[in-house]
Amino acid sequence: MATMDRLLFGDNQFFGINHMSEEKARAQAMRFQSTQAIMDVLDVAYDEGIRTFMCTTHDRIAEVADRVRGNPTRYAAFQFYPCMPYAHKYANAVTEHGMVGALRHFMPADGLLATALAGGKALATKEVDSIAKVLIDMEMKMFVGTRTPVIFIQNVFTDLLLGMGFTRALRIFDDHIREKYGAEPAYISMNMPMLLDALEREGIERPIICSNINKIGFRMSGGFDAYLDALRSGRVRAVAMSVYASGAIPADEAIHWISELPGVESIVFGASSAGNIRGTKALVDKYMGVAA
Amino acid sequence: MVGLGKMGLSHFAMVNAHPRVEAVGCDGAGFMVDVLSRNISVPIHRDYQTMIAKERLDAVVIATPSRLHAPMVTAALEQGLHVFCEKPFCLDWQDSERLTKVATDKGLVAQVGYHYRYVGAFQEMKRIVDSGALGRITHVLAEAYGPVVLRPKRGTWRTQKSEGGGCLYDYAAHPINLLNWFFGTPSRVSGSVLTPIYSEGIDDQVTATLGWDNGPTAQLSVNWSDESHRKMTTRITMIGTNGRLFADRQECQLFLRASDLALPGYQAGWNLRYTTDLTQDVWFYLRGEEYSAQLADFITAVAERRGAAAENDFASAAQTDRTMAMVIANAETGAPVGAPPLVAKPANGPRKRGWFARGA
Repeated sequence: MATMDRLLFGDNQFFGINHMSEEKARAQAMRFQSTQAIMDVLDVAYDEGIRTFMCTTHDRIAEVADRVRGNPTRYAAFQFYPCMPYAHKYANAVTEHGMVGALRHFMPADGLLATALAGGKALATKEVDSIAKVLIDMEMKMFVGTRTPVIFIQNVFTDLLLGMGFTRALRIFDDHIREKYGAEPAYISMNMPMLLDALEREGIERPIICSNINKIGFRMSGGFDAYLDALRSGRVRAVAMSVYASGAIPADEAIHWISELPGVESIVFGASSAGNIRGTKALVDKYMGVAA
Repeated sequence: MVGLGKMGLSHFAMVNAHPRVEAVGCDGAGFMVDVLSRNISVPIHRDYQTMIAKERLDAVVIATPSRLHAPMVTAALEQGLHVFCEKPFCLDWQDSERLTKVATDKGLVAQVGYHYRYVGAFQEMKRIVDSGALGRITHVLAEAYGPVVLRPKRGTWRTQKSEGGGCLYDYAAHPINLLNWFFGTPSRVSGSVLTPIYSEGIDDQVTATLGWDNGPTAQLSVNWSDESHRKMTTRITMIGTNGRLFADRQECQLFLRASDLALPGYQAGWNLRYTTDLTQDVWFYLRGEEYSAQLADFITAVAERRGAAAENDFASAAQTDRTMAMVIANAETGAPVGAPPLVAKPANGPRKRGWFARGA
């Protein structure tokens, strides 16, 4: 079982995602349109001892992976926690090509499965499983030759499958990540307690789940108490995101509170200034022991 | 749950996860139905008529291509079912008004999925407009941009005008619906231009001028071929005699020339409110609280036999269908649709000024 670092570096800030302001989001998108600008921030984090980059399988991340592969001495301990897929890529493709068209769009063109999809006839269960695996492999291509000890499925997909009751797909993901990549499968969700129950029903024990965990209960769907119960039960290996609740909780108070929760193994945070990176790192060291 | 396309799957996940709902699905055919019917426990029907006749349903959520809304909603209401219909409501506004009456007469909960009315920042904008604190609102800009059609391409139903495709029905419907919420149906629409950029036969870009009796002039500016936006962005800006108000999905910004007793907590100068602070948590989060919250309201209204929707009832969506019909008619003929708006004389200004006063 892979041990996770205490502090993980997230990537929302690089892709114009800001829950508070579209203006700030755009300013960030402008600042980070060059890969060098992203690398500059990652370098600050890495030199502070934050060696895990938890990132979407956005096309731009392929360029970051190239840089990391290209300088194995500099990035000897650098590791990725990929989060797949980049949801807007799929959503826009579905609008543009329709459901089947979008799937074909992301499949290798010469593969048997693309041909099966083109035929328009009903697919056997085995073929559906194979399609899921091929889609995972396509997302993982950019990370070949890098370290990816934990691999996440993005919350929109996790929660869509969870809501529909199509949790068998999560099981397919889980098995494939373990078997093919020798990595720890993990889940991002906005509905952690409900997901935990569903994963257990699929026979997935003590899953890694990344979800909002913060002192004010911001976006903790299913209820604050249900989250705390799940954490105390020891049934989940939690990664906390939105620990500052989009800036609503002072940093020191937020990290202090998290550090006293059982079951939280890691915190993921995004920042674009050296000051904020160092500030969060110092707080995590102070309250959670020196972060690996 | 009728229609398991992009919106349909998302609605399905949310209603299926709701503790007060037992869901049944329905879609004509296709890859997704096939996959789902083998992998989930919820029964999936292939035929709508059979489903509403055979299953003991309380309500339907309809997320099929827009052309099918009117006949499907008609059939559901005839069966005495409560209806949540995806937007736009009906392509012919006369159907919208007819169905509004049927639902009202039967006391059924009838709601349309204009989710922006469930976004905290726009709800705050509505509250500010209704408070009157902006003074006389004269000037409005209603915008929506996003990356849907970025090149010429093979069509889906969204690219067929007759199916309810195009930027007007898909994108512009949202800012128009917000304008209807704030000001009602416009009395006049002029200057409408529906422009294809990459598409054939449908609009990728919409501009129009809307006017209300004794109300503002609004410029509508919508484009779904704008790749600079990661996803759809909708924003409304208003200028009134006592300030300026802006809202998008994230935040509501208000500049007030003078504070107003009708709007406690807001001061002269700039005021900021964030959606994250204005939003209640939901039972299940998929892609924004607003999507969950609108369905929660619908489910609650049905379960508690309230007999009407709390927000986005058919009548309000019919206003939007009517407004879009005015835009289309205006764009086709070039002649303004509706009477010139009545203009009230400038009432008492926000404050009396001396001859040499400069600004406020």
